[in-house]
Amino acid sequence: MSHETLSTILFVIFVAGTLAITFWASRNTKSAADFYAGGRSFSGLQNGLAIGGDYMSAASFLGIAGIIALSGYDGFLYSIGFLVAWLVALLLVAELMRNSGKYTMADVLAFRMSPRPVRTAAGVSTIVVSIFYLLAQMVGAGALVGLLLGVHSEAGKIWTIIAVGLLMIIYVVFGGMKGTTWVQIVKAVMLMVGAALITLLVLGKFGFNLSGLLGDAANASGKGDAFLKPGLKYGTEAQGVWGKIDLISLGLALVLGTAGLPHVLIRFYTVPTARDARKSVMWGIGIIGAFYLLTLVLGFGAAALVGSKTIAEADKAGNTAAPLLAQKVGQDIFGDVGGTVLLAVIAAVAFATILAVVAGLTLASSSSFAHDLYAHVFKRGDATERQEVVVARIAAFVIGAIAIALSIFAQSLNVAFLVSLAFAVAASGNLPAILYSLFWKRFNTAGAVSAIYGGLISAVVLVIFSPVVSGSPTAMRPEMDFHLIPLSNPGIFSIPIGFLCGYLGTILSKEYNGSKYAEIEVRSLTGLGSEKATSH
Amino acid sequence: MTVQHDPSVYERIQAGEQFQELRRRYRSWAFPMTVAFLVWYLLYVVLSGFARDFMGAKLFGNINVALVFGVLQFVSTFLIAWAYSRHAAAKLDPIADELRGGAETRDEVGEGAK
Repeated sequence: MSHETLSTILFVIFVAGTLAITFWASRNTKSAADFYAGGRSFSGLQNGLAIGGDYMSAASFLGIAGIIALSGYDGFLYSIGFLVAWLVALLLVAELMRNSGKYTMADVLAFRMSPRPVRTAAGVSTIVVSIFYLLAQMVGAGALVGLLLGVHSEAGKIWTIIAVGLLMIIYVVFGGMKGTTWVQIVKAVMLMVGAALITLLVLGKFGFNLSGLLGDAANASGKGDAFLKPGLKYGTEAQGVWGKIDLISLGLALVLGTAGLPHVLIRFYTVPTARDARKSVMWGIGIIGAFYLLTLVLGFGAAALVGSKTIAEADKAGNTAAPLLAQKVGQDIFGDVGGTVLLAVIAAVAFATILAVVAGLTLASSSSFAHDLYAHVFKRGDATERQEVVVARIAAFVIGAIAIALSIFAQSLNVAFLVSLAFAVAASGNLPAILYSLFWKRFNTAGAVSAIYGGLISAVVLVIFSPVVSGSPTAMRPEMDFHLIPLSNPGIFSIPIGFLCGYLGTILSKEYNGSKYAEIEVRSLTGLGSEKATSH
Repeated sequence: MTVQHDPSVYERIQAGEQFQELRRRYRSWAFPMTVAFLVWYLLYVVLSGFARDFMGAKLFGNINVALVFGVLQFVSTFLIAWAYSRHAAAKLDPIADELRGGAETRDEVGEGAK
């Protein structure tokens, strides 16, 4: 049996299992709290796994292993930002958000503000961030199927995108938060087991001598010791000082973006109390941290055992480094059959990874559409719960369809930058609005709206005129050149702009509601009056 | 269904000494620690950009400063998360429980909105 066949069989089993879960979840999804927040009945450990499943995208798994395999240390640098970011979520956001919000990010932002402008801004930002992230994942899925299943035709890629899109729509429309969470839990376990297994085999081959592994990787890369230190990918010496500033800009967006990503924030509502939210972030940090340490071994292992040249020939971005490594160690240790089996397992895990992440993004954006834009902006708070959930399901379908269409349109473009752009927008618009809402008494409607639009618009505009969109060989439109700024990552400018807009918007408006601030402050720190879990 | 809260309950709690103590304990731990780990992370990123010879210096075998520094970021993240959960459980949760329990038994806010 070829690895393609085996991958497909494993993947079909995963899909069948998750569809069964979705069917079960749909029978237990009745109220709005069930659909949006899984009835708030997940445990800290379950939600911690789901956080891992939601967060560790194919970009982290295949992408970071690939960057390490091709450019060495810089891939590790990327993963550290992704991890440290969780401390912002743990210390400043998770518990307070759980206590003061209900279903969406906007619940916290609009708590003491005029609801329509704030929910409009937060809804727009949620949908924009989620669609950026979604596009990068789905276009990646199209490219991946070619690499892993040997499907190289245009039609094959398009059908893959459509299939991924339809599955994610089914998970969200029928399973809501319950179904999506279980898909993410199953995926997180598969991903951790798969990555740990390959890591153990790789380390075993080197007698658990990390230094030996690094030495072989550096030699095989042909770049020597430079492979083991920063500088081959981000802020290379050839790029000069702007390249280094770009690296810092990327680091800022990664570390501050996570706590502003809507699909991450809504995970905090799925547990009964703020204390469970804390526990789930603790588990999440443990799982995500362990995972990135595994990818370090996977990346350098792939460089040492498969070789950077073979990896780069299979895929320029190195996305097949981890699967190729699985095949290689499997072959070396268990023979050809072992290689086939491990490659198939990792390929199936990669698809499961994509599905779990895109489902979380679709849920976040459709929830915000229904709860923020439909119920509070269009209907001015007059919608019934039942109407909201119907609209959320329709929105999931429509957003899914839009994402499929855009991904097919974008599939020949290099849209990998959309992931870091999503982080930059989250850090520049959403995070300032969240932190000011929770901690700044004087903050008001004008401040919230200015922070969100200021951060969102400045990040997007800076990227449009950056080398990732035009004017460089790896740009989205390499044939054009209208780039004006030398930075690929807008964070270093757009994050301060977002905070500044929030500050200026606030002090230039006279609005101030002291008693509502008392309510959100007491509620966020004590849990008094917070949403309770639903009991079945 | 949303229960209408009497805002004065929250204002009364907010003005109370116990809540002021809770807020002080939360903020005086979380805010400086956030500044500390952000500075520590940015130091790592800046050195990765501007001090590459230092980062490339070998400590033992092929293990260099960059790798150890990176792994230390993981260690510090795990330690800060653990320390925060200890701090919260010992210093914050008891006061929060008391304030919430007190207000709920007096039925000042009723059952939270469902």
